[in-house]
Amino acid sequence: MDLKKTVLIILTFVLFQTNVLKASNECFEGISRSIFDFNMGFDKVILKPVAKAYNKLPEPIKDGTGNFTSNIATLLSIPNFVLQGNLKGAGDASASFLINSTFGVLGFGNPAGSMGLNVQKEDVGQTLGAYGVGAGCYFVMPILGPTTARDALGMITDSYIDPFSIATWREKDFLGASGNKIDYLAVKSATAVDFRGDNMTNFDSLEKNSLDLYSSMKSLYLQDRERKIQNSSETNEDDWGNLDK
Amino acid sequence: MRKLFLLIVTIVFFNNFAFSVTYNSNPQIFINELVNDAIKTLSDKSISDEEKAAVISKIARENVDIKALGLYTLGNVRKTIDENILENYQNLFEKYFLKSLTSRLNDYSGNKFEVLGSDQKSSNYTIVNSKILENNNQPEIKIDWRVYTKNPNKPLIRDLVVEGLSLARTQKEEFASILNSNNNDIKVLLTKLEEFISK
Repeated sequence: MDLKKTVLIILTFVLFQTNVLKASNECFEGISRSIFDFNMGFDKVILKPVAKAYNKLPEPIKDGTGNFTSNIATLLSIPNFVLQGNLKGAGDASASFLINSTFGVLGFGNPAGSMGLNVQKEDVGQTLGAYGVGAGCYFVMPILGPTTARDALGMITDSYIDPFSIATWREKDFLGASGNKIDYLAVKSATAVDFRGDNMTNFDSLEKNSLDLYSSMKSLYLQDRERKIQNSSETNEDDWGNLDK
Repeated sequence: MRKLFLLIVTIVFFNNFAFSVTYNSNPQIFINELVNDAIKTLSDKSISDEEKAAVISKIARENVDIKALGLYTLGNVRKTIDENILENYQNLFEKYFLKSLTSRLNDYSGNKFEVLGSDQKSSNYTIVNSKILENNNQPEIKIDWRVYTKNPNKPLIRDLVVEGLSLARTQKEEFASILNSNNNDIKVLLTKLEEFISK
């Protein structure tokens, strides 16, 4: 089966399921829990020790790595802002990428941020959410972690519209830039290590204080996606209001 | 006898006065005073961990709406369970909450804290915006406090929203998942709470 057919089947699945499933519904909980355990093992043996070592590096190196990966991620935000009809967002993201890639020395510096251009990251999953496509059911992927049917479809589509993925993973020339799969994996790995290093205390604290870590992670993932789609940190007032009735 | 009674009343009064801290009723100042008090306690090297936990528990019991948080966290199940089981749940939840709160506060006590502003959502709720300042290996963290102001003279904390993620909602969904996986048998949840408390 070719990729187009696979995408079409997944899309159909998402569109049918989103009408009947809420994001809190599991696609296949047993399997997801097993994958989650595998991911926790991977974190314990590889990611966490690497992130701990990374945290010992001098601050300018860590900042530079964070800025570099964040600048590359901005590339994916540009087409998504356009698809969401947010032209100002697309303009800000483009300006941020250009400023950081030039004055910020290939993105290792963040002069755009100092100028007030702090760009929110957007992906196809968020764009679909902005169009009202529901999350579909929830599951966990090996290494990549938690996702939903909509976000998984979004992730596949990201690789077709993200200039960085096109130039590296797909190894196609993009406006004169080209790379290979190793470049792609190196940047994604650096992003993961930087994120894990930044959240060392948060992860440890969550792990220590959870009765069921799998469910806590699921809740945090779904809340985070909801917040990013709505571009807001507002919480549901009705939820609490019900308690006082 | 009368003198003895007077003595006991005086001792009780002064004990309460000495150990009970009353914070400002303005939600923004309330959060600022309370958190700085907690951080000060946790970073005080002259007192033991047990004493620190006792002080934090006292501050939390007086200023966090633990009972409401417990009910919220239990979701709709609270409406269907027996009163005695609910009371047992509330007792266990309080112990669980205090233990987990002390642990979480300990994790972040080395950081500096700053209140940024507040937003009154209704007569019942005000959201206080704050942040934990960046340190070596921890980027800045935004924390919003959901303060219950039904009694304007005695604000109570009901939730912490860390970088847009509600801890109460996370807890609620965690408990719901445990219940769903066990045919909504609350005894399983109570056992898990007991296990956590005795760890």
